[in-house]
Amino acid sequence: MSDSTPHSAEVPATGPAVGQDEWVARHDERRRARSGWLGLVEGRLRTVPWWAWLALFLGAMCLLPVVESSGYVRRVGFDTVLYMLLALGLNIVVGWGGLLDLGYVALYGVGAYMYAFLASDQFGVHLPTLVAVPVVVIVGAVVGLLLGLPSRRLTGDYLAIVTLFFLQLFQTLTTNGDSAFGHDITGGPNGILNVDPFHLFGHDLAVQHAGVFAVSYFYVALGVFAVVYVALRFVNLSRTGRAWRALREDPLAAETMGMPVNWLKLLSFSFGAAVAALTGTLFAALNSSVFPLTFYFTLLITIYVMVILGGSGSQPGVVAGALIIGPLLEILRDPGKSRWVFFLALLAGLALAFRLSRQLGAIVAATAAFGFAVHAIAGAIDSSWVAGEHAAGFAGAFAHWVVVPAHLAGWLPPVSYVGLIAAALGTTLLHGRLRLVALVPTLYLAAFVWENVMLDDPDATRYIVLGVVLIALMIVRPNGLLGERRVEIV
Amino acid sequence: MALLELDGVSLSFGGLKVVSGLELHVEEGEVVSVIGPNGAGKTTLFNLITGIYRPDDGDIRLAGSTIVGLQPHQITRLGVARTFQTLRLFLNMSVKENVMSAAYGHTHAGIVRSMLRTPGMRREEREIEALAEQRLAFFGERLMGYRWNQPAYSLSYANRRRLEIARATATNPRILLLDEPAAGMNPAETHEITGLIGRLRGEGGYTILVIEHDMHVVEGISDRVVALDHGVKIAEGSFEAVATNPQVVEAYLGRQEMSRK
Repeated sequence: MSDSTPHSAEVPATGPAVGQDEWVARHDERRRARSGWLGLVEGRLRTVPWWAWLALFLGAMCLLPVVESSGYVRRVGFDTVLYMLLALGLNIVVGWGGLLDLGYVALYGVGAYMYAFLASDQFGVHLPTLVAVPVVVIVGAVVGLLLGLPSRRLTGDYLAIVTLFFLQLFQTLTTNGDSAFGHDITGGPNGILNVDPFHLFGHDLAVQHAGVFAVSYFYVALGVFAVVYVALRFVNLSRTGRAWRALREDPLAAETMGMPVNWLKLLSFSFGAAVAALTGTLFAALNSSVFPLTFYFTLLITIYVMVILGGSGSQPGVVAGALIIGPLLEILRDPGKSRWVFFLALLAGLALAFRLSRQLGAIVAATAAFGFAVHAIAGAIDSSWVAGEHAAGFAGAFAHWVVVPAHLAGWLPPVSYVGLIAAALGTTLLHGRLRLVALVPTLYLAAFVWENVMLDDPDATRYIVLGVVLIALMIVRPNGLLGERRVEIV
Repeated sequence: MALLELDGVSLSFGGLKVVSGLELHVEEGEVVSVIGPNGAGKTTLFNLITGIYRPDDGDIRLAGSTIVGLQPHQITRLGVARTFQTLRLFLNMSVKENVMSAAYGHTHAGIVRSMLRTPGMRREEREIEALAEQRLAFFGERLMGYRWNQPAYSLSYANRRRLEIARATATNPRILLLDEPAAGMNPAETHEITGLIGRLRGEGGYTILVIEHDMHVVEGISDRVVALDHGVKIAEGSFEAVATNPQVVEAYLGRQEMSRK
């Protein structure tokens, strides 16, 4: 918008008018579209409606079992859809309501256990799926409402602690529930086995089909996801959704603008819980068993990472977060694949930091040369220092580069690991050419630590990598991948 | 019957009497200004009326029925809307959504209807949108057009003040409480605020209770002025009468003998 607004009659036509912010007045100049065919494509893409994107995404997901016949990959796909659902549910409480709910996965557990109670031999109850699932969702919503009650009085950290306590309570109850008042209710640490599969359209949905993961659950989960996504999108664009976001921004202002803040808080807890419980039924039916430890901190942190990384408050964002983190955690289980992830991430990080400049080439070349030199020297001193086994993959190229001793001295892993952290922190303190020089041994040390220390313990490595990814992304994009730019204080 | 009546309202924070025995009435269609030095209890008065604080003693009546003990959102639904001295916009929501959100109190679509996007819900949604656009149009071009979809934090200070008033009017209030609408404005904008408050009464039909420090604004808009000091009403009447009241002068400037010492 130019200054051809009515009030500009009072002021000179040049420059912003009285009461108009320069930044705002010049907004359109900055937003001028990119020219050329790239701009054309960009403009066209912006006109694609949201449902078309969703349909495209669902279509692509549906193709997964078609192009990939491996049961493992299909299973990972199913788990990823569950993650997407859980992230959508958590997004209601955290992203829209702005309430820090650390008891979220307990509701997922409540859903799974409730389904197990209603459809297994535990109590001899076998409700039909289309009855059991709605009942579980309603129970989850009610439990979520109860969990939300402390939010009437508590905010921020205090609410987080209380909800975290609820997660612990759920753990304790399910773990010790095998002898509650002399009755076996939850099966204790051994959980509940032989949970009924979903029974839809006259068929039991089989988990395995000829020894391979059957895709029916995948499609059911995807259908549930589509329904939940659309329903939540509609809620977000309704008066309730606006009120949730207003509550996140400023509870007092929301209350004085006629929004019943306490009720809205309960409602957001309840909604998040209902989605989690619904996801829990899928989980229990697929695994045909539930155990207490599934619903614990690791899962909680994973889902939070998805929501934060994707962009808390943005539905496509949290789905993208789940879509990245879910498979990433699986890939990192396999040393051969995780090596790819690690070194590509290193390269991508370098490329981001230095762009495609001569410096980037120099660093990569110097690191490679440095590695071969170290390898040659180490091999010359004692051939056992480089005699360690490399895992499969593109390890061949690595065999002459990274030093992998046949026997690792006990002190080496912790020292090299701590040394790497110190070196990485050290390089951030240096400037100019000195930093580039220091970067070369640091990178090599990173490769050494990865090959010798991290790959030995994939389970811990997964979460270390997750943490590093999160830190790096929060520096580059504080609001997550698809999160909108946000300000807290102006 | 007065639209808003305060009858012997008192409030203490511990041993500090913030408001004591306050009598105040605002008639339908009136513009009443509240003045007083910092710490006189003006904003506390607003917090009492809107239900953020509950008076220790006394009664607050809106159109004859008491509103003491109601939740703030219930009081808003009965027709009391306010702005804040320190702006409290929903900064990360769009300009239009800020105004639309305030329609919550007088709209009805429940969550299930929202999920299904029933025709009734969609109609209501269109009404809310039209209401928001109309409220924003009250301020001329400044909050119109592309700004609708801009986040509120991108607005200038003066426009944020305007947006807060627009948001308050979207609750369909009978009485508007404006807490220092001209604070931080430059002289031209302050002048504009004077006209704006007149239009809010004339075109909008709102009764207005306003806290203001700028005496030019107070002079330009008020039917009646109430002066507070230390939570006590020290003067009431026309602007001229209050501005020349010795007690008011003393509250602002101190006593003459004191200054000679």
